[in-house]
Amino acid sequence: MSTRYRNRQAASLRFDALFLLGAALFAGATYAGESPAPPVKLSSTSDHTKFKALQRDFNSGPEVTKACLTCHTEASKQLHLTQHWTWEFLNPDGQRLGKKHVINNFCTSVASNYASCTTCHIGYGWKDDKFDFKSEVNVDCLICHDSTGNYRKQPGLAGNVVTKPMEFPPGSGNMVKPIDLKKIAQAVAKTSRDNCGACHFFGGGGDGVKHGDMDSSLASPDKALDVHMDATGNNFACATCHMTEGHQVPGSRYAPTAQDKGGAHLRGKEYTTNPTTCQSCHGQAPHKANAKLNHHTDKVACQACHIPAYARGGVPTKMSWDWSTAGRMGADGKPLIRKDAKCRVHYTAAKGDFVLGENVVPDYMWFNGKVKYTLFGDKVEKSGQPTRINHFEGSAEDGKSLIWPVKIMRGKQAYDPVNKSLVVLHMAGNDDTAFWTNFNWERAVATGMASVGAPFSGKVDFLETESTWPITHMVAPAKSALRCGDCHTSGGRLEKVPGIYIPGRGSDHASWLDAAGWAIAALTLLGVLGHGLGRVVVSRRKK
Amino acid sequence: MARIYIFKRFERFWHWAQAALIILMLLTGFEIHGTYALFGWEKAVNLHTTAAWTLIGLWLFAIFWHFTTGEWKQYVPTTKNIVAVMAYYSVGIFTGVPHPFRITQLSKHNPLQRLAYLMVKMFINPLIWVSGLLYLYYNNLGASKIAGIAGVKLGSIALVHTAAAFMMLAFLIGHAYLVTTGHTPLAHIKAMITGWEDLDEPWSEPPTDGARAQGTSAS
Repeated sequence: MSTRYRNRQAASLRFDALFLLGAALFAGATYAGESPAPPVKLSSTSDHTKFKALQRDFNSGPEVTKACLTCHTEASKQLHLTQHWTWEFLNPDGQRLGKKHVINNFCTSVASNYASCTTCHIGYGWKDDKFDFKSEVNVDCLICHDSTGNYRKQPGLAGNVVTKPMEFPPGSGNMVKPIDLKKIAQAVAKTSRDNCGACHFFGGGGDGVKHGDMDSSLASPDKALDVHMDATGNNFACATCHMTEGHQVPGSRYAPTAQDKGGAHLRGKEYTTNPTTCQSCHGQAPHKANAKLNHHTDKVACQACHIPAYARGGVPTKMSWDWSTAGRMGADGKPLIRKDAKCRVHYTAAKGDFVLGENVVPDYMWFNGKVKYTLFGDKVEKSGQPTRINHFEGSAEDGKSLIWPVKIMRGKQAYDPVNKSLVVLHMAGNDDTAFWTNFNWERAVATGMASVGAPFSGKVDFLETESTWPITHMVAPAKSALRCGDCHTSGGRLEKVPGIYIPGRGSDHASWLDAAGWAIAALTLLGVLGHGLGRVVVSRRKK
Repeated sequence: MARIYIFKRFERFWHWAQAALIILMLLTGFEIHGTYALFGWEKAVNLHTTAAWTLIGLWLFAIFWHFTTGEWKQYVPTTKNIVAVMAYYSVGIFTGVPHPFRITQLSKHNPLQRLAYLMVKMFINPLIWVSGLLYLYYNNLGASKIAGIAGVKLGSIALVHTAAAFMMLAFLIGHAYLVTTGHTPLAHIKAMITGWEDLDEPWSEPPTDGARAQGTSAS
């Protein structure tokens, strides 16, 4: 190709580019004023405002569900099979788990407190142990599919919604306005972070209380808080990872995948493995710039480095909770409330003392995906060690474990010292035995235990407990991940993780080798210095 | 004073590059071990790894050079004169007795040096290289079909590597001191820089081959 021809071609390309730019500007100027609003691109083929079944007023939640079921005929049947509905999970080892069964070291137990706890159930009317789990109309569609943000369930109403003005709490003089179920039903959508967060951000009785890696700051997080859910970036919904099919939401912490040895999931292939793991998108060797980091993935969970701290969004989480101090009255005779310098409550008569934590560095431990629980009915006793409400199993040697970041929740909670049993507490209720009404432990426990038909000695004491929670949300951008030196040092983050040689960690050294090595080096140095000194002395004498 | 051309250009380059790399690797290595903080752990690892590969490359050239030039013979151990040399370093050096060993181009190391360098080349270095490469590729060892390699623990690899590092450190200290024992404290170091070693007394022996004659004629 001749030089001249090439130049001409280049000039013509430049001209084309200018022409296109000019044309684009011209077009913009011409049509800006006249063009109608572009048609909204809907991802759904249905506009729920146009559905006859929803063009009416609703007087209760179940009425809405009935309308939903006219089209979504199988929806409730699907929901009936989920943990969200049953609050039950059968551990592979046979333990019966789930909210319905476990006693934790936050608000302790659902039993005897149904009407209050089931505010977060995806159903209507679970007020006692007689709830009908076969009822299709009692499935609450809106708690997960509301897009207006106006759908609310008031505590104490067993998951029912307020459709007429009512005084809440009863006797308080505070009126709660009814919610517009028609509007909400016509605006249903796929679940968003707000839907899941309505319950999951507030587990344990308040914002951020339970998990530490989930709180209301994740409703609209920035990139630094969560690189995936970043509201102005990737903007993941919960379901982006918790890929739900037939209303079955994968990724429950009751059935965790501690170590995913599979690769990134490809389209068009069937996978039976957990789609919520980091590896199910990122694969086994995600570090491109520094391949050495990929050498860590057989021992260290991604979360260990990529979640440098939890409770990073400005919402504190509870690190410990001492129920034994609950029940104190202030000078005014009213239940006492104490706040810290930041106006954060750290004592209430209803709940006792708590320690709050923000930007908490996790604990780290081997975890193979098996979680063992101390359940109601198991023998518990005071000893030097706290009773483990649950604990993660795993070790360096079992070939199934990775080092995981966890939150350890420490508690001091009521138990029966004679029967050596955890207890069911009657916390909430409009009766004179509920602890939050009368602050009497013995009566609250007596009612709680009677509600499940369990024996109670009449004595209440307090037991130190511990529970373990996986840290897996609030994934930071890569630049904020841990650096090598955070663990490869003495007293680093993994100082207490046993069974593995970590270069740089002093406790892994063979102390005899270090002692011998430095001794030999020092003796060699002393020897040559002595030799040299001798030579200097001799040569001086000669002079 | 007579001079003899004893260290050739590549040899000097090899020596000093190796010295710098070994010192850097000792500094970074003990930081990785957890003895102190100097560069920062991550940087120490990167420097240590880069230096290791550089030194491996240098060694490949050095091995080639040793065999193609026949210089490997300089490290064949000998007991001839060894007692005299030991006596010199323990007594004679203080009483002013001349060194019992005469440097020639064919035999530029005294019997103690021969032994010491052979020890470094045949024992310490292989120990460091093998343990170091196992350390570097620890994560790939699990896939090995040889049970002894697949099952080796990182702690054991690190133990051997650290032990070898201590040996190298002790060698370095001794070596750096013995450099000063020439006829002047800087004589040997000068030889390793320029290639020319001063002979501390006039050349008396008649040259026995062309190479030596060429070496001395330049003085």
